[in-house]
Amino acid sequence: MTAVAPSFPSAEQRLRLVRRHRMGRALRALFLATTWAGVVLLALLLGEVFWDGIGWLDLQFLTSFPSRFPERAGIQAALWGTIWLIGLTALFSIPVGIGAAIYLEEYARRNWINTVIEINISNLAGTPSIVYGILGLALFVRGLALGRSLLAGALTMSLLILPVTIIASREALRAVPGSIRQASFALGATRWQTVWHHVLPAALPGILTSIILALSRAIGETAPLIMIGALTYIAFTPRGPMDAFTALPIQIFNWASRPQKEFYSLAAAGTIVLLAVLLSLNAAAIWIRYRSQREPQW
Amino acid sequence: MVEEKIQTTENRGAGVTSPILETQNLLIRYGSRAAIREVSLTIPERRITAIIGPSGCGKSTLLRAFNRMNDFIPGVSSEGLVLYRGEDLYASEVDPVDVRRRIGMVFQKPNPFPRSVYKNVSWGPAISGFRGNLNELVETALRKAALWDEVKDKLDSSGLALSGGQQQRLCIARAIALEPEVILMDEPCSALDPASTARIEDLLFELKERYTIVIVTHNMQQAARVSDGTAFLSQGLLIEYGPTKELFTRPQKRETEDYITGKFG
Repeated sequence: MTAVAPSFPSAEQRLRLVRRHRMGRALRALFLATTWAGVVLLALLLGEVFWDGIGWLDLQFLTSFPSRFPERAGIQAALWGTIWLIGLTALFSIPVGIGAAIYLEEYARRNWINTVIEINISNLAGTPSIVYGILGLALFVRGLALGRSLLAGALTMSLLILPVTIIASREALRAVPGSIRQASFALGATRWQTVWHHVLPAALPGILTSIILALSRAIGETAPLIMIGALTYIAFTPRGPMDAFTALPIQIFNWASRPQKEFYSLAAAGTIVLLAVLLSLNAAAIWIRYRSQREPQW
Repeated sequence: MVEEKIQTTENRGAGVTSPILETQNLLIRYGSRAAIREVSLTIPERRITAIIGPSGCGKSTLLRAFNRMNDFIPGVSSEGLVLYRGEDLYASEVDPVDVRRRIGMVFQKPNPFPRSVYKNVSWGPAISGFRGNLNELVETALRKAALWDEVKDKLDSSGLALSGGQQQRLCIARAIALEPEVILMDEPCSALDPASTARIEDLLFELKERYTIVIVTHNMQQAARVSDGTAFLSQGLLIEYGPTKELFTRPQKRETEDYITGKFG
């Protein structure tokens, strides 16, 4: 018995099919290339930074203050400044951000005031950070006479990340199924009991993840800090929120803008430290998300 | 006055006991659209009353009016009266939180909290200030919901780890734990398999010894099997209301007959 070619698809259809598959393969290759473009560029950047900076990264670098002499210069003031700054920023932005999100998502009725608030928050999320720097300078540094302190810096950073925090926290709250709220209300729970016992625990991992990512954005911000005057020579570790400070990206910027080649390497070493801080924050976010995938229990 | 209402033809209800819930000329609107139109009926105590009708006829809206769950839906307004033991549930001095504590509800899809079985049952009493033996209360509620034997060894495991039918009985136990007089059920078996449905229906017979049950169902066999009285709604109107046997064997209205024989709906 001889094999007969199937009557379908027709020769014309088969030709078209070949062309369609060819198109599909070409696009797949294109998308793969775009994916790799980002990865490769990032790897090149990191590679260069590590190549330049790793030799300078030692205990002396971590525990010294800035100096005119590259071999004596270190990052201690900036590192502690950043840690203080992020700690204080978290302290201000977490309760305010979650509070605002809870109000808008769980309490607010649909009326024009709330609509205006929502539109404004969305717009603020897209405002350039230098604008927050100007605001911080006028409001906190001068208006409230906080001076060029950590407190002024942290308040400015809090303003900067609040819109993002609020929007992301609202999304986390919205992801909690309405059936949980209904179950709670039907048992005679008040709105606050419903939010506190059921909605917030369910949304908290999402909220914390988004806040941590917002904080890591704040860590890398330079412009608002320059604006409020953190670009100074600081030869001490901050002891309290009213102390003057500098931060990692500022120190890096400072070194990178000097003519000597050694300082450029110092900038690279500082970048490694900054990346390490960022990565540990992101790791915390991933850990929280991982933990939340398991069943929550009381 | 209340007794007279029961005697009227379209309002005979399930029979002899005194009414625990009553609506008078109830009208509920979503925005400008009327979902419930001039419905007057009485729900007798310790009976199972079924509300049936085609999709969108307003039966769930009517059910939620009894424990003020409609309050959460934006744009809902109502006129007329909803009475619980003769008291207006919508009077300004009535706290809806208290209404919901006294009138329990079971939803269409089982919705246990993502917590332990124990916590699911104990949470309601705990937040409303129960001072007593919680362990005992949890066991009693789970026994009444015919779930105790299946979960007594896994009180600490998640309520979500139970089967669908068990989850729904857990939700019933959760409602019972608050010792309500009325339990509202919104198509409680529609997400369950036939075996689980049969268990819930058996449970309903036991529960009506102590509780008044109002059940919305789109399953007419279920209404015929479990309920004492049946109300038939269509397009927000109460078409017919009477003892279940009579309504299903000798419907007074043509529309009712068409619906229960499957000609529309």
